[in-house]
Amino acid sequence: MQPFQCLTATACPLPYANIDTDQLIPARFMKRSRAEGYGSFLLHDMRFSSDGSEIPGFPLNRPDWRNAQIVVARRNFGAGSSREAAVYALVDYGVRCVVAPSFGDIFASNAVNNGLLPACVGEHDAESLIRLLEADAREITVDLQAQNITTNGVSTPFTVDPVWRMKLLNGWDDIDLTLSQGEAIAQFTANDAKKRPWAVPRTG
Amino acid sequence: MAQSPSGPQTLFDKLWDSHAIVTREDEQTLLWVDRHFVHEGSFHAFNKLKERSAKVSRPDLTFGIADHYVPTRRSGRSIDPAIQNMLDQLERNTSENGVMLFGLNDPRQGIVHVVGPEQGLTLPGLLMVCGDSHTSTHGAFGAWGFGIGASEVAHVLMTQTLWQRKPKRMRISVDGTLAPGIGAKDIALSIIARIGADGAQGHAVEYAGSAIRALSMEGRLTLCNLSIEAGARCGMVAPDETTINYLRGRPFAPKGEYFERAAEDWLRLMSDEDAQFDREIVLDASEIEPVVTWGVSPEDALPITTAVPDPESIPDSGKAAQIRDALAYMDLKPGQKLTDVRIDRVFIGSCTNSRIEDLRAAAKVLSGRKAKVPGLVSPGSSLVKQQAEAEGLDQIFRDAGLEWVESGCSMCVGMNGDIVQPGERCASTTNRNFKGRQGPGARTHLMSPAMVAAAAVTGHLADVRPLIEERS
Ligand code: SF4
Repeated sequence: MQPFQCLTATACPLPYANIDTDQLIPARFMKRSRAEGYGSFLLHDMRFSSDGSEIPGFPLNRPDWRNAQIVVARRNFGAGSSREAAVYALVDYGVRCVVAPSFGDIFASNAVNNGLLPACVGEHDAESLIRLLEADAREITVDLQAQNITTNGVSTPFTVDPVWRMKLLNGWDDIDLTLSQGEAIAQFTANDAKKRPWAVPRTG
Repeated sequence: MAQSPSGPQTLFDKLWDSHAIVTREDEQTLLWVDRHFVHEGSFHAFNKLKERSAKVSRPDLTFGIADHYVPTRRSGRSIDPAIQNMLDQLERNTSENGVMLFGLNDPRQGIVHVVGPEQGLTLPGLLMVCGDSHTSTHGAFGAWGFGIGASEVAHVLMTQTLWQRKPKRMRISVDGTLAPGIGAKDIALSIIARIGADGAQGHAVEYAGSAIRALSMEGRLTLCNLSIEAGARCGMVAPDETTINYLRGRPFAPKGEYFERAAEDWLRLMSDEDAQFDREIVLDASEIEPVVTWGVSPEDALPITTAVPDPESIPDSGKAAQIRDALAYMDLKPGQKLTDVRIDRVFIGSCTNSRIEDLRAAAKVLSGRKAKVPGLVSPGSSLVKQQAEAEGLDQIFRDAGLEWVESGCSMCVGMNGDIVQPGERCASTTNRNFKGRQGPGARTHLMSPAMVAAAAVTGHLADVRPLIEERS
């Protein structure tokens, strides 16, 4: 996994609440293999009209924000379906950080597993950032070590689960860590078989 | 709130403790997973396994189910090659790993969250995961079920464990008696409207109170299913006699004296008298009315007797903009009476409301009446379908003019091609009214099966209560 430490990049305001994972990637694109890349499906039905042409007013279609690596949205970003494809679409498009007042829980953990930072800011701070970005397109700096977002001298703190922060800073993957716990797992299952003999399914 | 291990515990605390393998200094805990369901969307995770040349660690605790992409009109039709490919991949991935599959032609096939309980794979006290957010459904049994993403699915396939941080605990109590025609769907939508689509974020929810105790297992499944629409990590109801009676004799449940011994353990799974919750919400059942959604988030829910909100009267400009946007997408006018909203079609199905009781509730309203709009009825599993046919419900749906099809996720998510056409308005028993959820440009109104039936026979959103009264 690619680590995330500090990123200075164009940030695109997405002034919407409840951008759910069905919007991040509509279900009809999920049959494709990841190898084909999911970036072109990101927010597909918000970006494109039914004839496939770009919807001009949508922020990500504006020349200033087309290459954004950071997006700033309103509350409850990534609610809904557990589809990790929503994160693939963001990552494959080039987004490395989403800033919002709150995130769907499953989305946020999927994000971290793919090196995408879900940075949680206060509702007022999200509004100020959105206004700032709408007023004048600019780069912002997201510093995960310091847990703040800066632009033109204005600094906004953000929160992220400390464990997720470590994982992102180091690009850690859970699986190797878990495999090193083999002994503890074996001990647990041996005890558990006595405590909850009914927990293993049986037919007949 | 931190609780000492010896102090009073919530049901969730007990489930947590019985699954914790190790806790790191940073408070991440490695948890044991008792059941793992995989559907067609699991191919990303199986591909990760292949990259590591790994195999499924506990195939006996892993179950494959074809539901998201299965065609609901099966006989004599050829299957779209892209969909066939999804079904084939699942078949290959499960068989290569020795995992049992409830595939397309299995008589037990159905939606994962319907089949698990029906087969007795869902039991109280289990930790259950699936790459599907509505895994919260299984909490109806006092199990701990939650949805995970593909990376986590791969992790569970390889290790049968998952790292988690302990969520906060929330109790939602509903006391009193529900009026006739009002059910679990109305309770759930009322809760979400009150606390918001992110109101329970980061929380494990326990539903309690006399109105919850009075719910059947079907009702509890609907309620727990919708926990995720309030943003909850999971939702659960403590096991009781209703739970035990439902489970007795289920194919994968323990048998004979093993069952009785298990039942003793299960009935102990409840929150202690003085257990502390981080948050408490209380609702009065007698105040709950039939609810429909008008917007594009499940929190946009209102009693059917009211009107579409007017953004001009909302002081918060962000909220007003959100309403304006929702009304534009839904093609509704501010202040319009909900019962004046005409519909184009109906859908009865999904893991939220496709169990036998749901079909009975809809059939009761539809019986002897005609639907004014077309619609689809997809039972939650092939066994539910069989049962409904034995009761003659299929005939009631057909006589009313609705299409009776096979089981699957169908029009809940439109992956199999069952979609609502652009611009069409659908009264639906599903769980998400998100933009484009039922198809690009589709407009979805969520409600209970009885309310969908009422919408079908009137051609508009309608209060089911007078239609039920006419019958009694
Ligand atoms: S019926 Fe809908 S919500 Fe339920 S599992 Fe299928 S797609 Fe998900």
